Amino acid sequence: MSDQGSSAASGIIAKGLSCERGGRRVFEGVDFAVAPGAALLLRGPNGSGKTSLLRMIAGFLEPPEGRLTWNGRPFGEVDDEAGDDPARIAFVGHLDAVKRALSVAENLAFWAGLYGGGGGGVNQALDRLGIGHLAELPARFLSAGQRRRLGLARLMVTPAALWLLDEPTVTLDEASVAAVEALIAEHRDGGGMVMVATHAEMAIPGAAVLTLGAAR
Amino acid sequence: MSAFWCLVRRDLRLAYRRGGDSVNVVIFFLLTVTLFPFGVGPETAILMRIAPGVIWVVALLAAMLSLDRLFRGDFDDGSLDLMILGPLPLEMTVLAKCLAHWLTTGLPLVIASPLLAVLLAMDGEGFTTLIGTMLLGTPVLSLIGAIGAALTVSLRSGGVLISLLVLPLYIPVLIFGVGAVDAAVYGLAARPHILVLGAMLIVALPLCPWASAAALRLSVE
Repeated sequence: MSDQGSSAASGIIAKGLSCERGGRRVFEGVDFAVAPGAALLLRGPNGSGKTSLLRMIAGFLEPPEGRLTWNGRPFGEVDDEAGDDPARIAFVGHLDAVKRALSVAENLAFWAGLYGGGGGGVNQALDRLGIGHLAELPARFLSAGQRRRLGLARLMVTPAALWLLDEPTVTLDEASVAAVEALIAEHRDGGGMVMVATHAEMAIPGAAVLTLGAAR
Repeated sequence: MSAFWCLVRRDLRLAYRRGGDSVNVVIFFLLTVTLFPFGVGPETAILMRIAPGVIWVVALLAAMLSLDRLFRGDFDDGSLDLMILGPLPLEMTVLAKCLAHWLTTGLPLVIASPLLAVLLAMDGEGFTTLIGTMLLGTPVLSLIGAIGAALTVSLRSGGVLISLLVLPLYIPVLIFGVGAVDAAVYGLAARPHILVLGAMLIVALPLCPWASAAALRLSVE
């Protein structure tokens, strides 16, 4: 997937990654590369380590073996590099990080402020995912799908080079899935990278596929 | 720095929306202290003698009541993951949350304490010292408590465990907090005690967020 390879090491490269959870080997010897503008689809049965791999890349888990590099440097070091965006990773996991006591717009504005993205695009981001009319509603009244959309709207207000999406389309209706696909396409057009773990069919043109834990 | 205040504002807003939390802590504080005159009898001399200790001990317990939710809500709904991932260093995130915690529990306790001082027949000299020591001491309670809250955040029932972890660490604050007020009441110099309390705050400010952040990083594994 190094189709844009300005330098051989640009983007994210993983070599021989392994993962252990609770003493059990979940996967081992995983290699992949995601170049700027590329997308990687993670597939595999439940428990094959898709979420663990995404959390490993986000830095929550330390890989017991293997190497993860970003533009040729180990992940931890990149922060010191001048010119690197400090918030390089946006993560949308199983949990939507939505505070029920805050309104929809307040939830999103908080993440925009925390990630230094400014509060400007909040309403736009909500409109984009079809929850703009709910901006003033306390988030506890949202349906599961609407909450999910609020979680995904975060991607638009927290600038990041790499998106890690864990089952982004669960509970979403068709129109919203299309909106998410459009977001991913735009992000890639801007040179962003996307990794998506999903069981659903998603239209992500030219995405590489990484299949984990084939039947064990 | 704006991310820091953004987090403080959000935690304050959440506390305000949830409403009850701060109020409950203060009511717990008032009620528990009120029990002592009933328990040990209304003799002014006895109450005066035990007042600083009672107020400080109950303040410790009241501050601890609310520690469990310092990180738990954010841990449960996935917000903590995103805070760790975000550009604000996790140590600063912890500091922001401690500040919000102090503003919603410690500060109300300080404000309520004069009322209790009157109830327990404390005189004017002890009174001002009490407020001064609580202003210095209660932020230390929030900061030390953050370590306990961070260590237990991934456990289902961390509430009791937090007390076991945190209460022993609160003892120095208690000793010097009570010491200062006692000294003032008996006309001795309260200044050394207050200086030690200040030193504790200065040491806790960098150390506790650092330790809590390390514990939080482990908890999201």
